[in-house]
Amino acid sequence: MARNRHLQAFLLIAAVAAVQLATMISDTQHYLTQLTMSGYYSLVIIGLCLLIGYAGQISLGHAGFFAIGGYTSAFLTTYDLTPVSDKAFIAFLSRTGMLVSTADLYGGQVLHLHPWAACLIAILLAIIVAYAIGGPVLKLKGHYLAMATLGFGTIVYKVVLGTEQFGAADGISEVPEFALLPGIAVSGKLSMRIMNYYIAWGLVILGVVLLSNLVHSRVGRALRSIHGAEDAANAMGVNTGRYKLNMFVISAVFAAIGGVFLTHYNGGIGPSEASIMKSVRYVAIVAIGGMANLWGALVMGFVLNFLSLRGYFGSYDDAVFGAILIIIMLFTPEGLLRRDLFSDIRSLFGSGKDLEEKV
Amino acid sequence: MNIELFFQYLVAGVTYGTIYAIVAIGFNIIYNTTGIINFAQGEFVMLGGMTAVTLHAFLPLPIAILSAVMITMVIGALIEITFIRWLISPSVLRMIIITIGISILVREIALHIWGAGVKALPYFSGTAVSAISIGDVHISPQVLWVIGVSAVMVICLNLFFTYTLPGRQMRACSANRDAARLCGINAKNMVTLSFVLSAGIGALAGCVVSPITYVQYDGGTALAIKGFTVAILGGLGNSMAAVAAGLLLGILESFSIWVMPTAYKDVISISILLLILFVRPSGLFGSKEAAQLKEF
Amino acid sequence: MAILAVRDLNKRFGGLQAVKDVSFTVTAGSIKALIGPNGAGKTTLFNLISGVLSPDSGDIFFGDMQIEGMKPFQIAEKGMSRTFQHIRLFPNMTAIENIMIGRHTHSRAGFIAGMFSLPWTWKEESRIRSRSREILDFLGISGLADSESTSLAYGQQRIVELGRALACEPKLLLLDEPAAGLNIKETAEMANLITKVKNLGITVLIVEHDMSLVMNISDEVIVLSYGQKIADDVPLAIQKNTEVIRVYLGEEEC
Repeated sequence: MARNRHLQAFLLIAAVAAVQLATMISDTQHYLTQLTMSGYYSLVIIGLCLLIGYAGQISLGHAGFFAIGGYTSAFLTTYDLTPVSDKAFIAFLSRTGMLVSTADLYGGQVLHLHPWAACLIAILLAIIVAYAIGGPVLKLKGHYLAMATLGFGTIVYKVVLGTEQFGAADGISEVPEFALLPGIAVSGKLSMRIMNYYIAWGLVILGVVLLSNLVHSRVGRALRSIHGAEDAANAMGVNTGRYKLNMFVISAVFAAIGGVFLTHYNGGIGPSEASIMKSVRYVAIVAIGGMANLWGALVMGFVLNFLSLRGYFGSYDDAVFGAILIIIMLFTPEGLLRRDLFSDIRSLFGSGKDLEEKV
Repeated sequence: MNIELFFQYLVAGVTYGTIYAIVAIGFNIIYNTTGIINFAQGEFVMLGGMTAVTLHAFLPLPIAILSAVMITMVIGALIEITFIRWLISPSVLRMIIITIGISILVREIALHIWGAGVKALPYFSGTAVSAISIGDVHISPQVLWVIGVSAVMVICLNLFFTYTLPGRQMRACSANRDAARLCGINAKNMVTLSFVLSAGIGALAGCVVSPITYVQYDGGTALAIKGFTVAILGGLGNSMAAVAAGLLLGILESFSIWVMPTAYKDVISISILLLILFVRPSGLFGSKEAAQLKEF
Repeated sequence: MAILAVRDLNKRFGGLQAVKDVSFTVTAGSIKALIGPNGAGKTTLFNLISGVLSPDSGDIFFGDMQIEGMKPFQIAEKGMSRTFQHIRLFPNMTAIENIMIGRHTHSRAGFIAGMFSLPWTWKEESRIRSRSREILDFLGISGLADSESTSLAYGQQRIVELGRALACEPKLLLLDEPAAGLNIKETAEMANLITKVKNLGITVLIVEHDMSLVMNISDEVIVLSYGQKIADDVPLAIQKNTEVIRVYLGEEEC
C-alpha cells in the first residue's frame, strides 16, 4: 500500500517535470503562467476533495477561505506602517525583522509587514474563522449545510467588495513578491517563471502527499466511516463532530495557502476570487474528479483550471462549470473518474474469466 | 430620528420584504411536494422581469407581463421535466448540486441574451417621481402595486391549495407521497406543477418589483439566499409565516443602513440566516419537533 | 456485581411515554435479554443507554461512571459497544476495514500523525490490522476479509457488525435484534457466537424477538410493555409469568 503511494508521488513529480520540459521544447513557455496559477487553485481543490468526498460535508464557501488568505496577505504586505512607526508595537515588530521597508513609485519610504509574517497571520486567521464558523455549520446537514456555507462565502464576498481598505471592486494591487528563502521568491517576474512553476507544483505535490497519507491513515478510515454511516461511526467511538471540524479546518488552510501564494504570484487580488461562482467551480471540479478521488480531483483541477485560465471557454466560462455540475450529477453522481475506473479498464483487457466473475 | 425618513425606510423594507416572502413561498411550494430546496428559485424572478422588459418593447404592459409569467412557467416545467423528473430517489447532495448547476446555466444564458446591464419595466402607474402622500409620508404607487399584487397572489395560492382538486392533491403529496400515489394521484405531475407554480409567482414578483429594484442577469443568487432565510425564519414549508418573516427581514435590512454602510446590507441578512440556522433551525414560527422530523 | 445499572429512566416523545420509570441492573459476565411486543420501548431504551438519545430523567451507571447525557462516542470510549437493528455497516469499505473502525478507541493516530505518516503510526496500523484479523478468525469469517461490506450476504453482514462491535473490546456489548432476518441455521450460529462472546468475559445485553434464542442463551430476561418493566427474572420464571403471557397473547387467552 505504502509503496504504491510512493510510486504515485514519484509519477506526479515526473509529470510535473515533464510538463515543464514539454513547454520548453515546444517553445510554449508562456503557458507556465497559467500552469502555475492552476497549481494554486489545485491546492484548494484537493483540500475540498477530502472534505466532500471523504468526510461527506459539502462546502459552497471555500472561495471565502481562499479570499481570506489572499486578502489578509495582500493587505498586510501593502499597508504602509510608516505613519505609526513610532508606536511601541510597530517598533518591536521592526526590531524582530518582521517589517520590510521599500521605496514606492515616488521614492518615498514605505514600511510594511514581511510576507512570511503576513502569510502566517493569513493562515492563522483562516484557521480561526474555520473553527468559529465550522463548529455550528457542521452540525447542519443537507440543504442547511449547503446554504450556511453559501451564506458564509457571500458574506466574505460582500465584505471585501464593500470595504474601501480592501480596494472595494478593484481589489488590492501592487502586492510585493514573497521571498521564501534568499534567491527563491513567489513572484510574477518573467525571469522567475520556471522557478515559480516548481514552487507552485512543489506545494501541490507536498499537499497531495500529506492528504494521501491522511486518507490511508486511521483518520482517513474514520472520515470514510462518517461519510458512510455517521451514527454507526459515532457508536464505534469516532468523535464525528471533531473529525468533521478538523477536516473542514484543514481544507480551509489549503484554500488559504492557495490564496496567499497566488496573490503574491499575481501581485494582487480582486473580489471575484471570493465570489460564489468560484466556490461552485471548486465543487464542480471535485465532483467531476470523482468526489472521493484525490487524484481525479487533482487531474481535473489542473486541466479545467488551465483551460479556463487560457480562456478556452471564452464568455461561457461559468456556463461550462454549471453544465459540468449538472451533467455529472445527472449521469454519474459518483464522478467521471470513479475509484474503480482502473479496475473497469483492467477488466476490459482482462481474461474472460475476470469478466464472468464480475457479472 | 426623522419621522419622514423613518417611513421611507419602512416602506422600502416592506417592498423588499414582500419580494423575499414571494421567493420564500416559491421555495416552500417545491419543498413541500419534493423535499428539494430549489437553488434556482431566484432565477425565476430574474427571468420574469427580463422577459417582460423584452416583450414590453412591442406589447402593451399587461400583456407583456402576462406572457412573461406564462413563459417562465413553461421554463419551470421544462427544467423539472429535463433535470429532475426522471431521477430515482436522488440524494440531497445530488439535488443541491443539480439545482445550483441549473441556476448557473439560467444565469449565463440570461447574460448572453440580455447582457450585463440593468433593466426595468416602466412604473405601472405614474412615473418614478409621482407619489401618494399621506401627511408627510410619500409612497410611490409602485410600492402599492408590489404589495397589492403579492397579497392577491398569496390569497389565490391559499384558495388554490384549499379548494381546488390539484391544490389538494399537491397537499396530499406533501403530507405523504406514497399514500397519495396509492390514492391514484400522479405524484410526478404534482412535482411539475409545483415547479410551474413557483416559477409563475416568482416571475410575477419579478415584474412588479422591477421598476423599483431593476433586474440584472445575476440578481437571482442574492434573492435565493434571502428567500431561503425567510423560508427558514418562518419554518420551512409554512407559507403564511414566510410572509411575516419576509416583512421582518426586509424591514431589518432596510433599517440596517442606519448603522452600517449600504454595501454591507446583504451581510446583515445573511448573518441573520446563519444565526437562525445555528440557534433555531426550526425557525421563529416553526416547532422544534416538526423540524426534527424533516429529513436533512 | 452489576456492570450496568439503570434507575428510574424516563423518555417521552411528544405525547408518547416511550420509556417509563424503568430500572434494572445487568450482572457482569452474564447475558441479559430485553424482550417485549413491538413498540414496547426496547430500542428507545437501547438508544438511551448507548447515548443516541438522552433521557428526560433517571440515571444510568456503567461500572462506577454515570453516563446518561454523554455522546455515543464517549460511551464507546468507556467500553460499551453496540450493533444496530437495521445493519449499519460502512458501505464502500471492506469487511476488515469495517472491523478496523472498531479498533478506533484503542488507537490514537490523529490528523497530524496521519498526514505526516509518522513511523509509529505504521506499527499502530499493522497492530489494528492483525487484531482485526484475529476477530475475523474468532467469528469464523476470515475468508470474507476483503469483500465489500455491502456485497456480503445478510447473515454475514450481521456477523461483521458483531465483529466491529467486538473490536472495541467492550466490557458491555449491546446487541439490537442480532437474529432479525436470519434463517434458523444462521440464528443458531448467531446464538453460538453470542455464547462464545460471553465466554470471553464480555457482558451482553440483547434485544431480540426470537424467543428460542432468548430463552436458550440468556441468564436473565426483562420484559417491557408500553415503556414499563413488567418482569425481570430468569428465563424459566419468565415463561411461567402470567403478566408476560397476557401481554404477549392478549387478555382473552388467559
